[in-house]
Amino acid sequence: MKSILTVYRKELADYFSSKKFIILLGLVYVAGLSSVYVSLQNIRAVATVYNENIFLRLFTTPGDVLPSFITFISFFIPLIGIIFGFDAINSERRSGTISRLLSQPIYRDSLINGKFLAGITTMGIIIASIVFIISGIGLRVIGVPPSSEEILRILIFIFICIIYGTFWMGLSMLFSVIMEKTATSILVSMALWLFLMFFLPIIANAIANSLAPLENASAAIQIKNFTIGQNILRISPSTLFSESIMTLLIPVGGHFMLQPVMTSDLSKMILNPLSISQSLLQIWPQLIAITALAIICFAISYIIFMKQEIRAT
Amino acid sequence: MDIKTNNNIIIAENLSKKYNDSIVVDNINLNIGKGEIYGLLGPNGAGKSTIILMLLGLTEPSSGKISVSGFNSTREPLKVKRITGYLPEKLGFYEDMTARQNLAYTAELNSINQKEIPKKIDEVLEIVSLKKNKNQLVKQFSRGMKQRLGIADVLIKDPELVIFDEPTEGLDLKVANQILETTKRLNEEKDITFLISSHQLNLIQNICHRVGVLSKGKLIGEGGINTLGGNLFGGGKYRIEVEISEVSKDIIEKLKNIDKVKNINQDGNMIEVVCDEDIRSEISKTIANSGLLMTRMNIKDYALEEIYLKYFKEE
Repeated sequence: MKSILTVYRKELADYFSSKKFIILLGLVYVAGLSSVYVSLQNIRAVATVYNENIFLRLFTTPGDVLPSFITFISFFIPLIGIIFGFDAINSERRSGTISRLLSQPIYRDSLINGKFLAGITTMGIIIASIVFIISGIGLRVIGVPPSSEEILRILIFIFICIIYGTFWMGLSMLFSVIMEKTATSILVSMALWLFLMFFLPIIANAIANSLAPLENASAAIQIKNFTIGQNILRISPSTLFSESIMTLLIPVGGHFMLQPVMTSDLSKMILNPLSISQSLLQIWPQLIAITALAIICFAISYIIFMKQEIRAT
Repeated sequence: MDIKTNNNIIIAENLSKKYNDSIVVDNINLNIGKGEIYGLLGPNGAGKSTIILMLLGLTEPSSGKISVSGFNSTREPLKVKRITGYLPEKLGFYEDMTARQNLAYTAELNSINQKEIPKKIDEVLEIVSLKKNKNQLVKQFSRGMKQRLGIADVLIKDPELVIFDEPTEGLDLKVANQILETTKRLNEEKDITFLISSHQLNLIQNICHRVGVLSKGKLIGEGGINTLGGNLFGGGKYRIEVEISEVSKDIIEKLKNIDKVKNINQDGNMIEVVCDEDIRSEISKTIANSGLLMTRMNIKDYALEEIYLKYFKEE
C-alpha cells in the first residue's frame, strides 16, 4: 500500500511538471472560458423564456459561433484521458526503468495502480478547476446564486466527467501495456476515439436509413429509424456520456434525447423540470455502463500487465 | 582465490524455464557463497538473464526452485528484492529527473526512512564519485556516468547481494575497468556478494572468484578461473605443445612416463602434453636424451578466452 502511494506521488509530480499537462490545462481553460463568455452573451435572451436553473445554463447555452461548455468538455475529456494514459507502461519499458523499478521490493501492481490513480487525480483537478472557475465567473456576472440542487447537479457532472475520462485513460493504458511503441499506442487510441466520435454516427445513420427508410415514412417507421440509430450509437461511450450530462444539466427537456419524442406530442406537453432523483433515474443505465467500461479497461490492462514478461531487452 | 563457504546466499536446485517448447534454462544447480564474486558467463541467449529474472521473482521457473538468503524467490519475491540490488542490462533512469530525485524514488520504494534519504544519497554518490553531479538531470549524463549512477541506485538499499547484468556492455575499456574496480572494492569493504552476468569474460575474469559457464541453458562448467579450464578440457591445467623432428612410439612412451603428465595427444610432428604443472624442462630433457631435435615448444594455461572460444564459437 505504501509503495502505491510512493508511485502515486511520483507520477503526480511528473504529471504536474509535464508539458502535456500544461498544454492540456491551457487548452481546456481557453475553450472553457471562451464558451462561458459566449453563453453569458446569450443567457439573458434565454432567461427571459425559461427562468429556472439559470445557473446550469452557463454550461449548456451555446453561442452564435461557439458551442456550449458541455460540447467542449465532451470533446476534450477523451483527449485528456488518452494523453495521460497512452505511454504509462510502454515508456517505462522503452526507457528501461521498468526492470529497475520492479526489482525494488514492491508488488508489480503498485506501479500500474499508482499511475492509474495519479492520472485520475490529475484529470479530476483539470475538470473540477475549470468548472469551478466558470461557476465563479457566472456567479459574479449573472448574480444569481445556484440553488443547492444545481450545486449537486454540478458536482455529479464533475464526477461523471472524471469517470468518462477514466474510461479513456484506462483504454489508452491498455494499449500502452499491449503495444511496445508509444507512437502506436497513441495512434490506436486516437483512431478509436475518432471512429466512435465521427464515423459511428454516420454508420448508425446509414444502417437506420436502410432498415427503416424515412421517405414517406409513417410515424412508426420514423420511431423505428430513430431507435435503431440510437441503439447503434450507444455502443459508443461518448453517446452514453453526452446523454448523461445533457439529462443532468438540462432538467427541462434534456431527457427527451433518451427516447423518441414526436414533435406533435411535444407541443401538448407541459414542460416541467425533472427533480434530481428523476434525472439520475433516467441516466442510471448510462452511468453504470460508463463505469463498467472504465473498470473493464483497467482490469484487462491490469491482468495483462501482471502476466507480462519483464524483459530488459 | 576460491572461497570455500557453507554459507550459501544463492541456491538454485534443478532450475528450469521453458518458453512454449524451447528450453531456456535447463536443470541448473547453483550455489553461490556469501562474499563471493560469481561470474555467470555465456553468449547472448544462453539463459543468463532468465536465471536472474527468476532469482528476482520477476518470472516463474517452470520447475525447480531458487532462493536468496533462504527466501524462495517465487513465493517471497519482496523479501528477496529487499536484500538484492539489481542492475539490469538495459539500465534506464527518468531522464527528466536529477540524479538525486531518481535515487530518492528508489529509496522511497525501499521504504527507507524519509529523514535518512538525503544522507544515504550522498553516501552512495560518494562511492561512485558522482556527488558533484547530484543535481544534474540524468539526460545530461554519459553512458558511463549512468552506469555508475546505476551502482549507486543499487547500493542505496544496503544490499546483501548485488546482481549485475552485463555491467560492461557498451562501455569503453577505461570506464568498464572503473566499474569493475568499484565492484571489487565493494566486495572487499562491504562484504557484498556479487553475481555478474557477462559475455565479456576477458574483462570480468580478473575480479571473479568463481565463474559458471552457461551454454544453451545448461551449466557446462563451474569453478575458479584456474581450475575451470582443466575441468572443461578433462585433466590438467596446462597444455604444452612440442614440435619435434621425428615422432616415434618410443618418445611418446617416454614422455608419458614423466611424473604429472596426464595425457598426450599426437598430431603429425606436434605432441600435446596435458599436465598439472609446468614441466617444460623435463620434457626438453627427455627429448634431448632421446637424441631428437625439438623445433618448437609453447605452453598454454587455460585462459577463459579459450574456454569461451571452444564452447561458444558456433555463436
